[in-house]
Amino acid sequence: MRIETEEKLVKAGLSATALISVIVLFIVVGYILINGIGAISPEFLREAPYRFEYGGVFPQIIGSLCLVGVCLLFAVPLGIASAIYLAEYAPDNAITSTVRFFVECLAGVPSIVIGLFGLAFLVYYLGIGVSMLSGGLALGFMILPWTVRASEEAIKTVPQAYREASLALGVTKWKTIRHVVLKSAYPGIITGILLGMGKAIGETAVVLLTAGSGLESFLPRSLFDPVASLPVYVYMLATQGHTPGALSRAFGASLVLIMLFLALSVFALILRNRYVKKMDGGR
Amino acid sequence: MSKIETNDLNVYYRNGSVQALKNVQIKIDANKITALIGPSGCGKTTFLRALNRMNELKGATTTGEVLIDGRNIYDQKEDVIQLRKKVGMVFQQPNPFPMSIYDNIAYGPRIHGQKNRNMDSLVEESLKKAALWDEVADRLDENALGFSGGQQQRLCIARALAVNPEIILLDEPCSALDPISTARIEELLQELKQEYTIVIVTHNMQQAARVSDYTAFFYLGELLECGKTSRIFERPDDKRTEDYITGRYG
Repeated sequence: MRIETEEKLVKAGLSATALISVIVLFIVVGYILINGIGAISPEFLREAPYRFEYGGVFPQIIGSLCLVGVCLLFAVPLGIASAIYLAEYAPDNAITSTVRFFVECLAGVPSIVIGLFGLAFLVYYLGIGVSMLSGGLALGFMILPWTVRASEEAIKTVPQAYREASLALGVTKWKTIRHVVLKSAYPGIITGILLGMGKAIGETAVVLLTAGSGLESFLPRSLFDPVASLPVYVYMLATQGHTPGALSRAFGASLVLIMLFLALSVFALILRNRYVKKMDGGR
Repeated sequence: MSKIETNDLNVYYRNGSVQALKNVQIKIDANKITALIGPSGCGKTTFLRALNRMNELKGATTTGEVLIDGRNIYDQKEDVIQLRKKVGMVFQQPNPFPMSIYDNIAYGPRIHGQKNRNMDSLVEESLKKAALWDEVADRLDENALGFSGGQQQRLCIARALAVNPEIILLDEPCSALDPISTARIEELLQELKQEYTIVIVTHNMQQAARVSDYTAFFYLGELLECGKTSRIFERPDDKRTEDYITGRYG
């Protein structure tokens, strides 16, 4: 009897905490929705801002997408290649575990520190300037350890039996990795990239120091132009806005940011599911 | 001349601290089925994997010679890719790739440069040889993982046949299968030996007696005896062989 009550209590307690997590999420999203929906209009999505508290956020949307694009172009190939090396080729020794340890450490570096490094190294030392390229690369530094780790985990979960089957057919190791291992690891790798993308699109500190003030009212014409972005724009409005509507605009921009992330995620998931379906059959 | 011959074959694991095979000396004839039997840990699987150099994937070191058609496959100049094309392998657990039946068969030939033009007929021919065609002919696009264990194992045989090997190694291919699927595979082996040299590891003595022409008995890394299956089962030379096949240990 006592054990049963204990079980019931534990179950009730745990479900209550789970409920709290969900409620917190709903409160945050709901609050942003209620406060931001009023700011959103077709003009808000289509036009450029002027005097920073008026107009729309179109350059910010495009800027955020561009930054994430550059970031992924840099971090995804590099991350996957490193993961392949770590999972398939690296000898099981002290050097490899040290490399792995440093990758883990990089994941723990605060984003403001990465931003500062980007500012010192990319912007000043390499002379790229405050630009889309600097911002994208710095974001890439930030998410690189996450893509490496997620890809390595995904590659490691591919059954050894697949590799042996392929090697026993006289297929080289590299072709086995390309045609069998990566194919099976692909859904897991996509999940990792999604996590990285989520971090990158919402990142403020790194972008503020390397990509632009967030208030740019023009679209970037090259990789070397400064670029606006939604999170920095929100930060500026929240800290330096002086019209009564500033906060509401900040919520509106936040809402757009969340929607943007959702749209990208859904797109990636559709891509992944179509791939999984294709793997389930079809030539 | 025998198809496969080994001289003083030794295999070591863990930087030489464990010796899995000791001076194995054997001759394996072409177009015959040779069964490798022995208690767990006797080295029969290690021996099988020595024949297509799969042991080196686990960091094993090998000394001595393995001659296939008179060429030592451990020679520096030998190409392991060509070797594994010539010596196909089927594993204990059916391990089809998570792709369609068609792609599983076409995988090897495609990578080895076979043009897609002749692929349909190659797939059909391989599946027919593996006695699977009738069951899957209209389901070639379905994922291989959705088929039964017995069908998957015959698919793995077909996949190995598609790269046109001369020798087929089977590592306890029926241990995960039901009796009916096992019988089908045993039947299939009888047909395949017309064209291929077959070496099969089995834990099941009745299976060795049923399917093989020759039987090799391994014990603690040594080849104790090898001969015609009927002779080994009726009049084994070694007391330990007799004790094993009569079920005194194992």
